[in-house]
Amino acid sequence: MARIWIKYFLMFIFVVLIQVLILNQLQISGYLNPYFYVLFILLLPVSTPRYLVLLLAFISGFSIDFFTDTPGLHAAATTMIGYLRTPVLYLVSGRGSDMAEYPTLKNNGLRWFLVYSVLLVLIHHFFLFYMEVFSFTGFFRTLIRVIFSTILSVFVIVLSQFLIFRD
Amino acid sequence: MWSLFRYLYRHHVVILFLFLEIIGFILIFSYNSFQRAGFINSSAYITGKIYDRYSSITDYFNLSIVNRQLSEENARLRESLLAQARNEDSTGTIQYIRNDSVRSFQFIPARVINNSVNRQHNFITLNKGARHGIRPDMGVLTPQGVAGVVSHVSDSYSVVISMLNLRWNVSAKLKRNNYFGSLTWDGKDYRYALLNEIPFHVDLMEGDTIVTSGFSSIFPEGMPLGIIESYKKEGGDNFYQIRVRLSVDFKSVTYVEVIDNRKRPEIEALEKLTNNGKDLD
Repeated sequence: MARIWIKYFLMFIFVVLIQVLILNQLQISGYLNPYFYVLFILLLPVSTPRYLVLLLAFISGFSIDFFTDTPGLHAAATTMIGYLRTPVLYLVSGRGSDMAEYPTLKNNGLRWFLVYSVLLVLIHHFFLFYMEVFSFTGFFRTLIRVIFSTILSVFVIVLSQFLIFRD
Repeated sequence: MWSLFRYLYRHHVVILFLFLEIIGFILIFSYNSFQRAGFINSSAYITGKIYDRYSSITDYFNLSIVNRQLSEENARLRESLLAQARNEDSTGTIQYIRNDSVRSFQFIPARVINNSVNRQHNFITLNKGARHGIRPDMGVLTPQGVAGVVSHVSDSYSVVISMLNLRWNVSAKLKRNNYFGSLTWDGKDYRYALLNEIPFHVDLMEGDTIVTSGFSSIFPEGMPLGIIESYKKEGGDNFYQIRVRLSVDFKSVTYVEVIDNRKRPEIEALEKLTNNGKDLD
């Protein structure tokens, strides 16, 4: 059990550093901002108590906020998907079916993982980008930013499932 | 009483969720009113160290660009030095006054350790702070022109509000005819900003140079901001819509100078007396 938590702790450090030191520095365009660190919340074991998912989600968002000087922005967005993760898991798997303990690509297949990650990443990005501009002026421009960034984030997340965090 | 606890326990997930979201929103709202000195100062200490280490590696990749920018600046400075030497013979008094106003500004060189251009509120982190004489509200210049203004300072790092930030504008003027307005960023493209408040009777040309007006005591007068890319008259408005190509390439900003206006306390005290200085900022 302790080994699992150490593994998740190291993964947490890893995704935050990747996000802050590499992806946040990419600056491809205002329309393409990948937020890869949500992978940490996606990969938490299914049996993790929901209060713990919420707390970990808040902490992971807040640690990104720390680096980007955006207090509360990422924390609020990650708390949102921390809360919606369980409903999304049930939605994607179907309520009756038994789920693998670790919601990874390897355990559940590419199609399952794609739907699961697209849904949560889309919710996260939607919340994040609209809170960032803090208005609905330029609604469609922000929507395009959300969609493009979601595509890129999911791409990076799926890619990482083939390279690292395979189990 | 028991049933209350049972009720709370049964809904502990929703309650915790709402609680955390409320914390998040309080942080966001306090950020939006710009009262966030505490947050950024505490973060600058820890994250500043990490960014500093990291940028000391990545800086090597920018060396060729930085070299070119520095040599261009060198050439420009040498040119203005020559021009000044020529001027001094003919118009002694005017030059004396100008020199005096230039001398009230002191420049502190610093290195950029973190920077972004793709968010709506972009910030730049510098590797120097209060220990090196940097204080909030000092202007920040790059070799090509204005980059931003210092917002928060820790002991050895400082955070600069980039020009690419929806919450900042700078007092600007047309170099050719001195009409002034304010330059703001619209959050769309890191290469372009908008010049507002230029009335219709002003005669404009594409390619006109936009410089700082010197009204705000943050920047000296005449620091380059950009050139006019295009302009149009929008129906129902009293002012031109002017698109400005920024002279600074914010993607490659590496070395900057922080401007310390030694006369600023004096100017501000005076403006406080008349109580109208803030309109011009």
